[in-house]
Amino acid sequence: MATPVLEIGTLLDGFTIGQRVHKGGMAHLYAVTHPAHDIPMLMKVPVLHEGEDPAAIVSFEMEQMILPRLSGPHVPRFIAAGDFSVQPYLVFERVPGATLYARLPDLPLPPAEVAAIGAKVAAALTDLHRQHVVHLDIKPSNIILREGTGEVVLIDFGLSHHAQLPDLMFEEFRLPYGTAPYMAPEQVYGIRTEPRSDLFALGSLLYFFATGVRPFGDPQTLKGLQRRVWWDPIPPRKLKGDIPPWLQEIILRCLAPNPEVRHPTAAQLAFDLSHPDQVRLTPRAEKLTRDPWSARIKRRFHPDSYRPTLDRQKQVSAAVETAPIVAVAIDLAESEEELVEALRTTVKRVLVTVPDARLACLNVLKTNLLAMDQTLDKEGHNIHVQRLVELKHWARGLDLPADRISYHVLEAVDATDAILDYISSNAVDHIVLGARTSAMRNILGSVSGEIVQKAPCTVTVVRKSRAGMKTDPSASATPSTSVQERAAI
Amino acid sequence: MRVALLADIHANLEALRACIADARDNGAERWVYLGDIVGYGADPSACLEIVREACENGAIAIKGNHDEAVNGTRFRLNQIALAAIEWTSAVLSAEEKDYLDKLPMSATEGNCLYVHASAAKPEAWPYIVGLDQAVDSLNATQAHLTVCGHVHTPALYNLAVTGKIMVHTPVTGTEIPILPQRRWLAVMGAVGQPRDGNPAAAYGIWDTRAGTLAYRRVPYDIDTAAAKIRGTGLPDLLWRRLSVGR
Repeated sequence: MATPVLEIGTLLDGFTIGQRVHKGGMAHLYAVTHPAHDIPMLMKVPVLHEGEDPAAIVSFEMEQMILPRLSGPHVPRFIAAGDFSVQPYLVFERVPGATLYARLPDLPLPPAEVAAIGAKVAAALTDLHRQHVVHLDIKPSNIILREGTGEVVLIDFGLSHHAQLPDLMFEEFRLPYGTAPYMAPEQVYGIRTEPRSDLFALGSLLYFFATGVRPFGDPQTLKGLQRRVWWDPIPPRKLKGDIPPWLQEIILRCLAPNPEVRHPTAAQLAFDLSHPDQVRLTPRAEKLTRDPWSARIKRRFHPDSYRPTLDRQKQVSAAVETAPIVAVAIDLAESEEELVEALRTTVKRVLVTVPDARLACLNVLKTNLLAMDQTLDKEGHNIHVQRLVELKHWARGLDLPADRISYHVLEAVDATDAILDYISSNAVDHIVLGARTSAMRNILGSVSGEIVQKAPCTVTVVRKSRAGMKTDPSASATPSTSVQERAAI
Repeated sequence: MRVALLADIHANLEALRACIADARDNGAERWVYLGDIVGYGADPSACLEIVREACENGAIAIKGNHDEAVNGTRFRLNQIALAAIEWTSAVLSAEEKDYLDKLPMSATEGNCLYVHASAAKPEAWPYIVGLDQAVDSLNATQAHLTVCGHVHTPALYNLAVTGKIMVHTPVTGTEIPILPQRRWLAVMGAVGQPRDGNPAAAYGIWDTRAGTLAYRRVPYDIDTAAAKIRGTGLPDLLWRRLSVGR
């Protein structure tokens, strides 16, 4: 599908094509008019070439899904869309005003102006996040200051993530998409569900606007991008002495590699930027040098250092060190529904007794079963995803908050080894698993005995009720469990 | 036009009535019943009556494996399902069974294919539980949108022009744009026996004009539906699972 040339004066679905106002790598923008719409409008047309990077198409599809659902003063008003059968396009309000890109020649800006811009962008992000969207490409050229009101309008949702819609970008591409100087570390690692990624990008922008220097440069390689996980930028006050400590505090907090350390929400960041006297100052407010080499080396190489981890289902926040870890090994074979129920019941009981415990849901994907398959990678990967989906499905009834539960599909030739390995490398305190009766379809049955013997932690083996579900109908639907336990070594 | 998509009613009259009322409230004008009208639940005749009446007024109904099984072809059913089929088969009249027997395996309307299990070998009733089975189904039809049921867990698959298959777990009530440049496979949740952990009755609304699909959930009188099943003497699992949606 080639891109037809849209000449000035061409009529498309009632829209008259005017000047091309922007020529980008993924899309072109044209000024358009329509007798039924009395406002200045732009038509966005994706750049499509046969056999080239499909990102332009997918990103355009995402924007076609997301933009019509957005409303409010911080996004351009959606007017119309055309599908791929004739000419794909999006028509939306042409927001009057310049983008922040126009301010680059004026950098660095005075701290008060930087904070004022930051507060406006954070307010716009608050509104966007409330509408379930993470922008994921916050940068000067995607931020317009609306003429008249001075409010921030965010544009270009081609890389955005909508929490309630299929994420086509995530599914299609393994490489991170974003803009190098602004991309949050977790985004570099492929995570697209974290609203605080936008706060990192905004922090990077504020650093740039306050100092005239980009905090992480403009790396062009994946390795260069990953460096921001451990490589801290020069404190802004070192570069420009008139930056107040509170602004440095805010900017460096936005740039924390771990999103947990950043402001919890865009609203709280906006609050800080508009109330400098309320900002709680920490040592990072005053620092004038980067962290010592030893600290950076530790961040880079120490296994306990923060690394963004991509969980295909949900980003799970960092472990609470003191809380015990309970693991449950689940075989999702459909025939064993009663056992799966019994496992859930037992896990519920265990979690009641240790309220701050974290639960790790494990499933072993036997790789030897797939070894003969020609499309091992593709097939194995797909099954992996499905198993995660099923694990999450199983866990839904437990009603655990996301920071207390995680899902792991262990790909291994031997289920026992995989589970034992997980237990030791993750310091699991208690493992719950099912005993099986049917020999052929059993993955865990022969496994449970060996784990009871070898695991360096408490083991609970769950059996389905001998009487099945037909016992006393007035009793609760929880099958009895037989428990074998063993003290931690 | 808003099309109500109802799969896996499974003789649950309370759930069926609740879904129909919700669909009417949401502007549904056309009705598609995606199979398994009977089996498991206590009201096969009453549910069938509702579907038949709808079909006389232009609705579409297709055959499910339980609808087939009451006429003797018991393809890969587990013990509990078989017990329910025996009971259902005894309760339904010969005429009602004959009606079920004559239901079509699939129906096509515009660029949509309606089928109970999968577009690939529908007569073998495969379960679409992952990307592999979804690809099989998508490859077996040219339809832009295939709608099915059978697994009792809602999911939405799409196939990009690049050949990439992806799955999305629908968020209740969200109107998802069924983008025209992709091909889609929408697995409906069950009206009468949800198994995705949410006990509310599940169905969908396909808005042909807006090109959006919404997965909806409707609370219904589970206690009554469960009590009726209990009264039949069918296995306990069948009434117990309704309140937990598993």
